[in-house]
Amino acid sequence: MTTLAVVMMITTMGIITAFTGYFFWKVLRTPHKSESE
Amino acid sequence: MSSNKEGWGSRVGLVLAMAGNAVGLGNFLRFPVQAVNNGGGAFIIPYLVSFLLMGIPLLWVEWSMGRFGGKSNNHSTPYILDSMTKMRWFKYFGVFGIWTNLAVAAYYCYIESWTMSYVYHSVARSFDGLSQLQVAQFFVQYLDVSTSHTAIPYEAVVFYLLCLWLNTWILSRGLSGGVEKTAKIGMPLLILFGIFLAFKGITLGTSGATAEHPDASAWAGINFLWNPQFDSLGNPKVWLAAAGQIFFTLSVGMGTIHCYAAYVKQQDDIALNAMSAGWMNEFVEVCLGSLIVIPIAAGYLGLDWVKQNAGFGMAFQTMPFLFENWGPFLAAMAGVFWFGLLFFAGITSSLAMGTPWMGFMQDEFGWGRQKSAWSFGLITLILGLPTVFLYSYGVFDEYDYWAGTVSLVVFALTESILFAWIFGMDKGWKEITSGADMKVPDFYKFVIKWITPFFLLFVFIGSIFSPKGGDWSGAIASLMNGTGWSLDEGSIIRQLFNSGLREQIAAATDMAAKANLEKQLTYIVGARILLTAVFAGICWLVYLAYKRRTVNERTV
Repeated sequence: MTTLAVVMMITTMGIITAFTGYFFWKVLRTPHKSESE
Repeated sequence: MSSNKEGWGSRVGLVLAMAGNAVGLGNFLRFPVQAVNNGGGAFIIPYLVSFLLMGIPLLWVEWSMGRFGGKSNNHSTPYILDSMTKMRWFKYFGVFGIWTNLAVAAYYCYIESWTMSYVYHSVARSFDGLSQLQVAQFFVQYLDVSTSHTAIPYEAVVFYLLCLWLNTWILSRGLSGGVEKTAKIGMPLLILFGIFLAFKGITLGTSGATAEHPDASAWAGINFLWNPQFDSLGNPKVWLAAAGQIFFTLSVGMGTIHCYAAYVKQQDDIALNAMSAGWMNEFVEVCLGSLIVIPIAAGYLGLDWVKQNAGFGMAFQTMPFLFENWGPFLAAMAGVFWFGLLFFAGITSSLAMGTPWMGFMQDEFGWGRQKSAWSFGLITLILGLPTVFLYSYGVFDEYDYWAGTVSLVVFALTESILFAWIFGMDKGWKEITSGADMKVPDFYKFVIKWITPFFLLFVFIGSIFSPKGGDWSGAIASLMNGTGWSLDEGSIIRQLFNSGLREQIAAATDMAAKANLEKQLTYIVGARILLTAVFAGICWLVYLAYKRRTVNERTV
């Protein structure tokens, strides 16, 4: 694999995984207002 | 009066169901092929730009439209749209949000049934000892419904009926008792299966090289997929393909997101939910979808083979053969994981397709959950059987083109204009940010009003006038030279008039081939009549519902 391909793959996958994890973690940590009522 | 008492059991369940709705077979089969055909690593740049400027805004628009409609007990697009404008005729645009789902579910359940059947064949070791050609042939024979690889006659039809029954049964269990439970089981399993297969894809390296394919290398496949060819960024074809991929992968323009979101309570968040479900879809598509089919195929058959054969058929015609290289146990396991993953990706989407019809009948005609679910199953069956029996005549593709492609773009374009320009961006923004558990960047107010509708218009016009081979610069030059504009076979104009098929009929010299093509044209026209009749039928139901509402209002 070329260096550019590796950089491209790792950067893209890193960004997407980070956003996915962050938003899902926020969903898990924050119940819906109607649930907590 | 509405009999609709459905609701989501938990926030996580809602997000997983919504992510399941978006994650489909295209995440594993369409995305890598699009990337291979559109500049490899450079494809990801327009892809992510499209996600930020068209995907995310449309997710927020659809989620907020759904929750807004749910406030007045509207759970399907005709009356969600109606509640947003004083223009009473607008509700008929909402018919797309029911029709598309019925038509797509009809053929989508057929693909889903293939995955069910292939899970069985993986366990039964049906592919053991078969050559690559024989495995490919196995699929061709499977599609010829009269041939059966098991003791069950009409195997493909039986699996289709089983799959449709399963979908309908789950739907009849309700939103939290059926759809949500399936998503909570299906989505984690899908990700688990995907991680296993992606790991195999990454670690395959050059170990699959043989005398027949000495250059085979999984790394070459991954490299091709990720090595950026920046010159392709100037090509409109690449941008159109990337925008199209984002559009289809998120399941926007279908009416399913509106329907699911209509069951979210008014004070609850939609902004964070939409982000979470949307990014989860991206994770499955980019992080898992890019590391399975292409690397494994390149690892055994070489990159040149992949370039020539990359397509939907690889999933069923090639992968089972490649898994056999891993020994009997791992081959069976990989088959179960691969087709199981596709099955979960499929069923979480097809279940979402059932809910708009059910929501509409429950809201407008007071139908119960059972009646509305089984009526969905029946309509889907009637619409689906022609795609099963007349697959080879192009009926399946006809449904996919009009209901699964064109209709989505038309509906999304309409709703983006309705939301930003008719409902009004100020009211719309208030809907998106109301109850939000995250800060929605203000920048998106501008994007939703100006950029998203133009992006969609670009996709729509691109589909109508798509030039031959997607060569836009060549077509523009040709137009300037006065030599005209050659339309692509996939352009809406050529498809509408069946131009390609008619030219084939005119050019055919063999009488048998000519008769076969004419038969194909008849079936395609028949499929269109059937789809149009269903659309007209739903319009009539929307009108009846309107009359009922008028009477009820007068009575009240």
